[in-house]
Amino acid sequence: MAAAPQTIEDLARAEARRPRWLAVILDFARQRPLGAVGAAIIVFMALLAAGAGLVAPYDPLANDYAAMLSAPSAAHWLGTDSFGRDLLSRVIFGSRTALMVGLGASLLGATIGSAIGVTSAYFAGRVDLLVQRVMDIFFAFPVIVLALAVVAILGTGAGNVILAIATPMVPRCARVVRSSALAIREMPYVDAARASGFGHARIILRHMLPNVMAPILIMATAFLGEAILLEASLSFLGLGVQEPTAAWGLMLRGAAVEFAESAPWMAIFPGLAISLAVFGFNLFGDSLRDALDPRLRTQ
Amino acid sequence: MRSLVHALALVAGALFAFPIQAQSPRYGGELVFPVPSEPPSYDGHREETFGLIHPIAPFYNTLLRVDPNDKSGTKPAPSLAESWSVSQDGKTYTFQLHRGVKFHDGSEMTSKDVKASYDKIIFPPPGVGSTRKGQYVVVESVEAPEPYTVVFRLKHPSGSFIASLLSPYNFIYKADILAKDPHWYETHIMGTGPFTFVEHVKGSHVVGKKNPNYWDKGKPYLDGFRAVFMRDTAAQVAAVRGERAQIQFRGFTPVARNDLEKALGNKITVQESPWDCILLVAINHKKKPFDDPRVRRALTLALDRYEGSKALSRIAIVKEVAGVQVPGTPFATPPDELAKLAGYWRDPEKSRAEARRLLKEAGVPEGFSFTFMNRGIPMPYEPLGVWMIDQWRKVGLNVTQRVIEPAAYFGSLRKGEHEVAMDFQCGYIVEPDLDMYKFLSSSRNPANYGYYEDPVLDQLYDKQSQATNPEERKKIIREFEKRVLDEQAHYLMTLQWHRIIPHSSRLHGWTITPSHYLNNTLDTVWLSP
Repeated sequence: MAAAPQTIEDLARAEARRPRWLAVILDFARQRPLGAVGAAIIVFMALLAAGAGLVAPYDPLANDYAAMLSAPSAAHWLGTDSFGRDLLSRVIFGSRTALMVGLGASLLGATIGSAIGVTSAYFAGRVDLLVQRVMDIFFAFPVIVLALAVVAILGTGAGNVILAIATPMVPRCARVVRSSALAIREMPYVDAARASGFGHARIILRHMLPNVMAPILIMATAFLGEAILLEASLSFLGLGVQEPTAAWGLMLRGAAVEFAESAPWMAIFPGLAISLAVFGFNLFGDSLRDALDPRLRTQ
Repeated sequence: MRSLVHALALVAGALFAFPIQAQSPRYGGELVFPVPSEPPSYDGHREETFGLIHPIAPFYNTLLRVDPNDKSGTKPAPSLAESWSVSQDGKTYTFQLHRGVKFHDGSEMTSKDVKASYDKIIFPPPGVGSTRKGQYVVVESVEAPEPYTVVFRLKHPSGSFIASLLSPYNFIYKADILAKDPHWYETHIMGTGPFTFVEHVKGSHVVGKKNPNYWDKGKPYLDGFRAVFMRDTAAQVAAVRGERAQIQFRGFTPVARNDLEKALGNKITVQESPWDCILLVAINHKKKPFDDPRVRRALTLALDRYEGSKALSRIAIVKEVAGVQVPGTPFATPPDELAKLAGYWRDPEKSRAEARRLLKEAGVPEGFSFTFMNRGIPMPYEPLGVWMIDQWRKVGLNVTQRVIEPAAYFGSLRKGEHEVAMDFQCGYIVEPDLDMYKFLSSSRNPANYGYYEDPVLDQLYDKQSQATNPEERKKIIREFEKRVLDEQAHYLMTLQWHRIIPHSSRLHGWTITPSHYLNNTLDTVWLSP
C-alpha cells in the first residue's frame, strides 16, 4: 500500500505529477462548485447523447400501440407517449438533438459574430459605423421573433433551425467581441504587424482573433442554454425539428398538451430535461465567465 | 282481477307515456354554439367553409335538403320543393314548390327566385364567384314556366344530379335583389329560413331569432340561436363543459369527448359518425421511383389500417377503414370486399412481405429514403404522419417528414416538388361524383397532386356518373376503386375521419351525419328544460 504524502513538499510533488488539465478542472470545481455542477450536467448530457443507442432501452421511433399512454412502470421508466413510444428513450435521444442544435447554433453564431465584430473593430470608421447600425437593426427584434422569421423564410428542419437560432446570436457576439477588439486594435503588436506589411486577414486572424477568444468562449457557452431553450420553443411551435425525431420541445406539443391531465408524464419529463440542460449550461456559463473575467479574478 | 288489470294498465301507461311526452318538441330557448371559424362573406354560393354554414344556414332554405333524420346524410328530402319528378329520358327534372313561402322582407318566394339563384350558381355573370359551378356542368338550363314550378334540363342523364341539389350552400335568394346587385348577398342576409337575422358582431357572434312567419308551420321550436366564434378548441370544450353552449357542430377529439363525458355524466349525449373527410397520400408520379406502380403498391401495402384504426381512434379524429366512399353509405364497398384490395388485407405480415417483395423487384434498396410532406395542422395530420412513417419503416423505408405551414401548403403541392405528400378531401355530402373527382387525371382535375394521367380511370368515372341504376353504378365504382387504390395505387387512403359531437342532453331534434356542412338549418332542433 502506497504511503500518503506527509509533507508540503510531498503535496507539491503530487500536484506536479497530476496532469495539468486535471489540475485546472479540480481548481475550477474547488473555486466554483456551482459551475462544477453545471459542467457535470453537461458532461452527463453529452455522454447520454453520444451513447444514446447503447443506453436507450427502446427504439425512440418505434410505435407500440399496445403500450399507448402507459404510466411510468418497470417496463417504461418514464411511461410512453400517445403512440406508445418509450419516453425515456425519446428523452435520451432528445439530448442528442438538443446538443446538436445547441452546439451547432452556438458555434455558427459565435464564429460569424466574432468575425463581424473583429472586422468591424479593425477597420473602424465608416465600416464600423455601417456594421454596427446593421447590428442595431437585428437588436431591435426579440430573439424568438428573429428566429421565427428565419424559420418562416427557410422552412423547418434541423439545419434551418440551427441557422435560425444562430441568427440572433450574431449581433450580440459581434457587439461584445468588437468592444474587446477595439482595445486590441490599439496594441503595439498590432501596429507592428501593420508596419511589417501584413495583410488585413492575417492581422485579424493571427493577431486579433486569438486575443478575443475569452469573450467568444463565454458568449458561446452562455448562449448554449438559450439555444437549447430556443430549439425547444421552435419545436413546440411546430417550427423546429419534425416528428418522429426525438426532440424535447417536440415532445411537449400536440398530444402532450391534450393529454396533460390524463397522462402528465408526457409533458413532465421532457420539460424536466429542458430545465436541467438549460440550468446546467447557465451555471457553467456563469462560472466560466467569472473564471475568465480578469476583473472578477482580481477581486 | 279487473282492478289489477286496470292498475297494471295505468302503471304501463304511465311508464310509456313519460318518454313519449319527454320526446315531444318543446318551444322556447336559445341555442348557443361555438363556431371555430368566421364566414368570409354571407354568400353561400361563393364560400366553401363550415364557418359560413353553421351561423348563416338557419336564415335560408334550399330547394331540397338531406333528410334531417338520416344518419347517412344521403337521403334527399323536400325543402322549398315539396315534390319532384324525372322525365323518362332522365334529362328533365321538374320541381313543384311550396306555396306561401315568404322571404323575411314579407315578399313571396316563387320559381323566379329559384331560377335566379341557380342561374347565379351555375351560370354566374362575370365577376360573380360561384365555387361549385363545376358540379353542375351537366345542367343545360333552369326554367321557371309557372310560379311554383322549376325545371332543370340536363345535357345527359346523371346519377348524381339530385344529390348535387342537396348542397347546403345553395341558398335561395330573392330574384329582384340579385337582378339589381348580384353581390348584395355577400354583405347582407335575407332568406326564407326558420330564423331571421338579428346581428353579426365580427369576431364575436351571430344572432338569429325565430321567424314567426316560417312556412313550415309549427317550426322552428327555438326562440333563437347564438353562434359564438371561438377558434380555440379548449375554449369550445370549456363552453360545452360549463353548459354555456349546448353543442359545437363541427366535432371534437376523442380526448375532449372523454373529458366531457367524465365531467358531465348523463348531462352530455354523444353522437358519432364516419366523417366525409379523409387525408389521402398523393404520390408524385413524376418523381422516381414513384412512377412505378409496384413502389406505390408497396407504400399502401405497408399500412396496417386495421391496427391504425384501433390505435389512432383513441387519440385522433380518425377511425374507419375506408375506400373511395364513406363506410356505411349507399355506394361504399362492404368491409369484406374492401379487404381484398392491396393495403386492406387482414394479415399485416403477409401484406408487408408483399411490399418488401415489390420494392425489391422494383429495384428500391433497403433503407431507401424519401421525404414525406405534411401540412402543419396538428389534428389529424400529425398523428397520421407519425403513424405512416412508422409503418413505412417496417418495410425498410426511411422517411423524413417535412412540415409546411398551412397557408403555404397547397402552394407547395401545386409546384409538384414533393415526392409523397398528404392531401385532403372533404365533401359536403357523400356522393360518388364529388368524392371521386379527386382521383381524375391531372388534365381534368388540377387538384390531382399525384400528377398522373389515367384515361381508363376517367372513363370509369364518367360511366358511373351517367349510370342511373344504383346497382350498375355501384359495380363501376368498385372497378374505379380497385384501379385507383390497388392496381395503380395512384393515391393512398389513410383512415376516414370520425366525427364526434358531444352535446348537451337538453338538445334534441338534431342527427349527426358524415358531413359537418349538413343539418344546420336548426328548424327541427329543440331544447328540453
